[in-house]
Amino acid sequence: MALADPAETGPRDWLSPDGRVAGLARRSEAFVIPVMALVAGLAVFGVFLLFLGKSPADFYALVYRAGFGTSFSWQNTLSRTAPLLFAALCVALPARLGLVVIGGEGAIVLGGVAAGALAGLLAPWPGALAIPMLALAGALTGAIWIGAVGWLRHVRGVNETIASLLMSYIAIALMNHLVEGPFRDPASLNKPSTAPLADHLRIGDIPGWDVHWGLVVGVLCCVAAWVLIDRTTWGFAARIAGGNVRAAQVQGLPVGRLIIGFTALGGAFAGLAGAFEVAAVHGSANASLASGYGFTGILIAFLARHNPLAIIPVAVLLAGFEASSGLIQRRMDLPDATVLVLQGFVFIAILLSEALYGRFRIFAPERWRT
Amino acid sequence: MESDLGLWAIPVAIIGGAIRVSTPFLFVSLGEVLTERSGRINLGLEGTLVFGAMAGYAIAYLTGSPWAGVGGAALAGAFFGLIHGVLCSIPKVNDIALGIAMMLLGMGLAFFFGKPFIQPVAPDLPAISLGGWSDLTQVQAALRVNVLFLVGIALAFALWWMFRATRIGLILRVVGDSTDAARAMGLRPSLIRTLATAAGGAFAGVGGAYLSLYYPGSWNEGISSGQGLMAVALVIFARWNPIACFGAALLFGGAGALGPALQSVGVSEGYYLYFAAPYVLTLGVLIAISSKTKAMTGAPGELSITK
Repeated sequence: MALADPAETGPRDWLSPDGRVAGLARRSEAFVIPVMALVAGLAVFGVFLLFLGKSPADFYALVYRAGFGTSFSWQNTLSRTAPLLFAALCVALPARLGLVVIGGEGAIVLGGVAAGALAGLLAPWPGALAIPMLALAGALTGAIWIGAVGWLRHVRGVNETIASLLMSYIAIALMNHLVEGPFRDPASLNKPSTAPLADHLRIGDIPGWDVHWGLVVGVLCCVAAWVLIDRTTWGFAARIAGGNVRAAQVQGLPVGRLIIGFTALGGAFAGLAGAFEVAAVHGSANASLASGYGFTGILIAFLARHNPLAIIPVAVLLAGFEASSGLIQRRMDLPDATVLVLQGFVFIAILLSEALYGRFRIFAPERWRT
Repeated sequence: MESDLGLWAIPVAIIGGAIRVSTPFLFVSLGEVLTERSGRINLGLEGTLVFGAMAGYAIAYLTGSPWAGVGGAALAGAFFGLIHGVLCSIPKVNDIALGIAMMLLGMGLAFFFGKPFIQPVAPDLPAISLGGWSDLTQVQAALRVNVLFLVGIALAFALWWMFRATRIGLILRVVGDSTDAARAMGLRPSLIRTLATAAGGAFAGVGGAYLSLYYPGSWNEGISSGQGLMAVALVIFARWNPIACFGAALLFGGAGALGPALQSVGVSEGYYLYFAAPYVLTLGVLIAISSKTKAMTGAPGELSITK
């Protein structure tokens, strides 16, 4: 294809493969196809509901009302968004290197335990000093936990998908051991927990909202992760290594450090989620930490195609679904696993949509005129 | 007759536990061997296991026959495997990621449909007593062997023979080792892999039915805690050899029985840490057998997870 003469690509020639419209068309593929997949997944779930004699229209209306309809439901949704943002980053960052890490749940759980245990020691400190330390403890624990997965991958070639999920089971067992044993607050009878955080160590809400600060930090982390991946040489090197390890090594890229660094950073985000859950939501570390955020995060990262900026709206959407779970159970007499089934359908739809890339001529300007 | 075994109670309880706990590992790993030998990996077997447990329990409760439950669980598992197989045949669809999605969907559907069956009691699968020679109750309890355990052993040998000596086994191995070679022979790799995944799913479904119909013997949402996934790692450990899978399943079952065995003699310190033993063992085994540079011996050439 010959390059178009700049003089010819005037406003009349908007169909040119080099024009603005063409660029927009090319870029919109990565947006339109996931949205189509999401809609298809929701539609298939609607058919599933029809088979059960439930109304999909009622279902989605309830989701809208409970998740996004009022300012109260928005606050409910947004307060669930923070851990999902972090959990999705834990999948998206290693994914840039072609690694499928699905053990974020373990980093969340242990990050929470670390923050909960440290809070007891830091009680005499002022909040402004202690709270960042709690967050740091969570992030560091998560970084070590998931960084170890990357390290094993690099040093021994251990499959990161299986290793990370196994480690999340180990993490949950470790948490149970710690909150029932060494870190247990004797006063927590029915639900073994660490000692409750002192009031001045609790992370509060964003002024005027019923949403804790984790949301703001989560959004900032997504932006930072996007900058890292899209705007720095580190991110560029990671993408090369993700595409072809051999080529990256030939280029002299530090593949090992990239793998360990990106997995550790992802783990740090997940650990941060645990710290926020403890310091802003539960008030102490206990079994509530293992509530499945890590697994929803996997779906979010795949839906966002591992783009940290896209994670933000997708996480809000899925948080809305989770926020509406209670109302759906009461109003439609559906079990609490309904949202899980819906997530499963959407997940499969998004994976199948990978087959659609490059299939539509509308996204490929060079094929418009043929 | 009750007698005091002292510390000997621990190994006896572990052996008994290994026999009881290993059966689901055995079935899932045999299913995964079948799938992986054809060149695909199905990480969704954890979901299949949980759904099989639910379906087996529900059908056994509704029909009154535990064997109908096992059959139903196998059918459900085959269906899940078939879906995974068919969807993976679409170009550019990643089998590992799809496995994760199927795992979440399988668990979601099992919890969704399983809610009404948490309370009712379904009939158990029958067990055979092989411990009659001993008059120690602990030994007798340890050697009460479920029929499915024996079926699993027979299946392991049958699969081993199939891979070694039959036409179907050879076809599976060719497809698993080289898509191009298989095509050159006029085989249809996608179809064969799909069928192998469906058969593997059926095995995992039976493993699930064992969980809910024999040991632990009831349906609840926490019935499987990663056994399906551990079985996938176990297959790598067993080098894709069905008979080695049997040995590995016993080993993993024994690790899983460590916590309860220690608890039975009154050791409760660090109970949750012993509970983690099977995961730690799996991870340790994975680390020990993986290699950065060498391809794994015995690995099917087309397998994405070892590439």
